[in-house]
Amino acid sequence: MLLKGASHRTKITDDINTDYIISGRYKFKIQDPYELAKHVMEDLDPDFFSKITKGDFIVAGRNFGCGSSREQAPMSIKYAGISAVIAKSFARIFYRNCFNLGLPLIECDTDNIDDGDALEIDLDKGILKNITKSLEIKIKPFPKTMQTLLEDGGLVSHFKKHKGFGL
Amino acid sequence: MGKTIAEKILSAHSGKDANAGDIVIADLDFMIGQDGTSGVAIDVFNKMEGGKVFDPSKVAIIIDHSSPSPNEGVSAIHKKIREFSKAQGISLFDIGCGVCHQITPEMGFVVPGNLVIGADSHTCTYGAINVFSTGIGSTDLAAGMISGKLWFKVPETIKFQINGKWPKGVFSKDLILKIIGDIGADGATYMATEFVGPAIEDLSVDARFTISNMAIEMGGKAGLMNADKKTIEWVRSHSKKTFTPVESDKDAKFAKTMEYDVSKLSPQIAKPHTVDNVSPIEAIEGLEIQQGFIGTCTNGRLEDLEIAAKILKGKKVNAGCRLIVAPASKSIFIEAMKKGLVQTIMDAGGVFVTPGCGPCVGTHNGVPSDGEKVLSTANRNFKGRMGNNKAEIYLGSPATVAASVIEGKIADSRKYM
Ligand code: SF4
Repeated sequence: MLLKGASHRTKITDDINTDYIISGRYKFKIQDPYELAKHVMEDLDPDFFSKITKGDFIVAGRNFGCGSSREQAPMSIKYAGISAVIAKSFARIFYRNCFNLGLPLIECDTDNIDDGDALEIDLDKGILKNITKSLEIKIKPFPKTMQTLLEDGGLVSHFKKHKGFGL
Repeated sequence: MGKTIAEKILSAHSGKDANAGDIVIADLDFMIGQDGTSGVAIDVFNKMEGGKVFDPSKVAIIIDHSSPSPNEGVSAIHKKIREFSKAQGISLFDIGCGVCHQITPEMGFVVPGNLVIGADSHTCTYGAINVFSTGIGSTDLAAGMISGKLWFKVPETIKFQINGKWPKGVFSKDLILKIIGDIGADGATYMATEFVGPAIEDLSVDARFTISNMAIEMGGKAGLMNADKKTIEWVRSHSKKTFTPVESDKDAKFAKTMEYDVSKLSPQIAKPHTVDNVSPIEAIEGLEIQQGFIGTCTNGRLEDLEIAAKILKGKKVNAGCRLIVAPASKSIFIEAMKKGLVQTIMDAGGVFVTPGCGPCVGTHNGVPSDGEKVLSTANRNFKGRMGNNKAEIYLGSPATVAASVIEGKIADSRKYM
């Protein structure tokens, strides 16, 4: 699978928590995921949502998605049109939630990706190309369980297909 | 080779010889959701064509995050939860019952050796009574409610050996803040943690919950402790379920071991906007605050209210400051009333809100204003956490909050002991 898009990177890059991704102000009262998505990363950058073109990426440093278990966090990223999040590492609950929703998380060195860089990810080859900087970055392969969940399009369709866990 | 608590519980529940790194599908003993996550879980349950919950006696939903409802959006979610719970015959704890992580052990739903999931990141709290419990998202909860199972990656474990005698005025909250400050917000990501040693054994079960509760603040999947005599008595007085405690083998393999001596510890404060930004009280004393908050699944228990009341007795909350208190459950609130703690705290100028999460997560009940500084007994001080991203949140023990609201500045509680 090939993913193409631009990088979105905020000033803060490490320990971006789920409260930053989607504030408690919205997550409890808005049920429509498209409405929720309009507030994605708002506390870090009020214009974040308006800059996204479908297929783009969020790029961050260490421990992306730490904090609460709120699935509204990956949901608002996905419904904002982001095709993958790229970071040095992810927090555990967030990691599960994303693959359950069919949103791929790419683990790799992100020091050489700036805001606005054009990126291309070849998931089969395990390579991320930074077109703007003419660089190739190796990405960490997905564990088998995650690969299966992604191929099935997330846990809901996986569950329906296998009538339970088929992992 | 020997096994850790995590490996043993996941082996027993998956029927496999589970070792760190393996992926297993395991049977769940209990699962919970709260009002911030269950609405989505119910939608996913329906999308998965869930039909009936696998075993209604093993599922509970607690309405605690925005309770009672502050607006119609939340009311719609609460309604959905009430209807689902009734139709499925699962336990529902409606407004005012308390915080999910107090209700679940207090109602005797979970006992040593259990495997438990919760659609809330602080589900790791029950590790204090020897339960492997971990936070998951709404989709995982839906899958759990349908099948009674979930997949787990068997985690490695970091062991914290806690020695020494507790000095007066230093509490379990101070220890866990110190540990998180040392190891960092992602220091235990994908790993279980175990807390052992004489200083843990000296703590009450209430005080132990505070430590396990915050394992997630270093990325931990579980915050485990052994079941000693105190644990077993506590569990027996809350639950009729039978259980077998689980301990790590002597030759179990740990990712690493870290040692602490509490006798040298002073009260600790986490500063904005990350939990691992920790200072000893001496470095921050005197900083003016406008609001104190005592409550949450970390420090809203009876013992916490007792400590606060003792310090506040006969004193007044400073005129430049407010004190909000949210008991972690209705039974704690009632017990605190019987003991006169509520009277003492109110006489001092404290304000009580409904048992539940209170202002912890910023939906209502005490949202700070721009530029205000709040000292809270909660577990998170993220920017915007209490509903205003221009406010600053500091974290400390109930004793530190009580002493600080008297002075209107961050204060060392040891002088009030
Ligand atoms: S008290 Fe705070 S941390 Fe605990 S469950 Fe409620 S919102 Fe979460």
